[in-house]
Amino acid sequence: MYQFNWSGITSSLPTLAQGMLITVQITAAAVIVGIIWGTILALLRLSPIKPLAWFAKCYVTIFRSIPLVMVLLWFFLLVPQLLKSLLDLPPDIDIRFVSAIIAFSLFEAAYYSEIIRAGIQSVPRGQVYAANALGMTYMQSMRLVVLPQAFRAMVPLLLTQGIVLFQDTALVYVIGLADFFRTATNIGERDGQLVEMVLFAGACYFVICLFASTLVRRFQKRYSR
Amino acid sequence: MSYQWNWGILLSAVSTGEPTTYLGWFMDGLKATVTLSLAAWIIALIAGSLFGILRTLPNKWLSGLGAVYVAVFRNIPLIVQFFIWYFVLPELVPPSLGAWFKGLPPLIQFFSSAVVCLGLFTGARICEQVRTGILALPPGQKNAALALGFTLPQTYRYVLLPNAYRIIVPPLTSEFLNIFKNSAVASTIGLLELSAQARQLSDYTAHTYESFIIVTACYALINAVVMLFMRWVERTSRLPGQIGGK
Repeated sequence: MYQFNWSGITSSLPTLAQGMLITVQITAAAVIVGIIWGTILALLRLSPIKPLAWFAKCYVTIFRSIPLVMVLLWFFLLVPQLLKSLLDLPPDIDIRFVSAIIAFSLFEAAYYSEIIRAGIQSVPRGQVYAANALGMTYMQSMRLVVLPQAFRAMVPLLLTQGIVLFQDTALVYVIGLADFFRTATNIGERDGQLVEMVLFAGACYFVICLFASTLVRRFQKRYSR
Repeated sequence: MSYQWNWGILLSAVSTGEPTTYLGWFMDGLKATVTLSLAAWIIALIAGSLFGILRTLPNKWLSGLGAVYVAVFRNIPLIVQFFIWYFVLPELVPPSLGAWFKGLPPLIQFFSSAVVCLGLFTGARICEQVRTGILALPPGQKNAALALGFTLPQTYRYVLLPNAYRIIVPPLTSEFLNIFKNSAVASTIGLLELSAQARQLSDYTAHTYESFIIVTACYALINAVVMLFMRWVERTSRLPGQIGGK
C-alpha cells in the first residue's frame, strides 16, 4: 500500500497560505469587476439601441463558447503587450497575476451578465411603467426601481457563481501563476509528495466550497420566506 | 506591430521530423477533443441518470448516496479532479493494479483518466438536472402508475423518465457544450487535445496568433454544431401539450 507522508504539509503551510491569498485576490477582483461589467453588459443587451444590444450579445456569445483555458492563454499572450503600450508597470509586478485578473473579470462578466439579465427580466413590467409615469428617465428607473429588485432576487445565483469562480481560478495553473493549487503541486513535485499535496488541496477546496454553498442555501431559504 | 502573419506555416512539415504537418497536429488535437468529450458524455449521462434517480428514491440511504456523489464532484475544482484521477489514484490502488496502469501506453493512461474524470464530473451536474426533471413532474403521474400496478422500476422506466428527460433537454444542452470546453483542462495532465496543440503549435512555430486563432475558432465551431444538434433534439422531443410543443 501507499505510504502516506503528511509531514511536509505543516512546514509548507505559510507558502500554501500565500497561494491561497492569490486565489482569493483573483476571485474577489473577478467577482467585483465581473458583476459591474456584467450589469453594464446586461443593460446594453436589453437597451433599445440595436448596435449596443448586438455588441453585448456578441461579447457574451464569444466568451461563453471558448474554454476558460484558452481565454487565460489569450490574455496571458495579449496583456503584457497591451500594458507595455498603455502604461509602464513597475517591473516587480507579476504579469501573470495581472493577466489572470483581467481574463477572469472579462470572462466571468459574460456569465454574470446572463444571470443579471434574467434577474432584470423577472421584474414585473408594471414597475417600469410606474417609474415612467412618475416621470423617471430610463436610467433613473433602472437605477432606482428595477436593479435593486433584480439584484435582491439574484443574490443566491450571484453567490453560487462566485463559488464556481473560486474553483475555476485553479486553472491559472496553465499560465504558471502560483495560486493555491499551483503552489501545492509545486511543493508536491519538489518533495516527492504530489499525492499528499493534491489530496490536501482537494480537501481544502471541498471544505471551503461545501461550507460556502451551505451558507448560500441557508441564506436563500431565509430570504425566500 | 511588427508581427509577421504566416498562415502557410500550418501546411509546413513539423520540425521534429515526424511525417506530418502542423495542420496534422491540429487535426490530432481536434480528434482527441471530440473523442474525449463524446466518450465522457456517455459516462456522464449514465452516471448522472443513475445517481439522479437514486436521489429521488424514497430510500434515505440511496438518496443520500446520490447527494454525496454530487457534493464531492461539484465542490472540488475540475483541474484538481484530473490530478487525482491521473496522479493520485494509481498510487492508492493495490500496487499490482497501479503498476499495470502505469505500464499502459501513456496515451491510454491520459485518455482513460481524462474520460473517467470528465465523465463523472459532468455526471454530478447531470444528476441534479435529472433529479429536477423527475421532481418537476406532477406527483399524480407516479401515483397513477403505481395505482395501475406498475412496480417502482416500471414506473420510472415507462412513465417518469421518458417525461423527465424531455423536460431537461435545454439544461442538458449547456452541459453538452460545457463538456467540450472542460475537456481543455485535460491538457494539464498531458493529453494533447486542442488547447494543448495550440500551445505546442505556438511553441514550435512561434506563430502564436495563428495557432490560437485557429484553435479558438474551432471551439466556436464545435459549439455551434452542438447547439444546432441539441436544438434539433429539443424540437423533436418536446412534450405534446407543453408551451411550444406539438
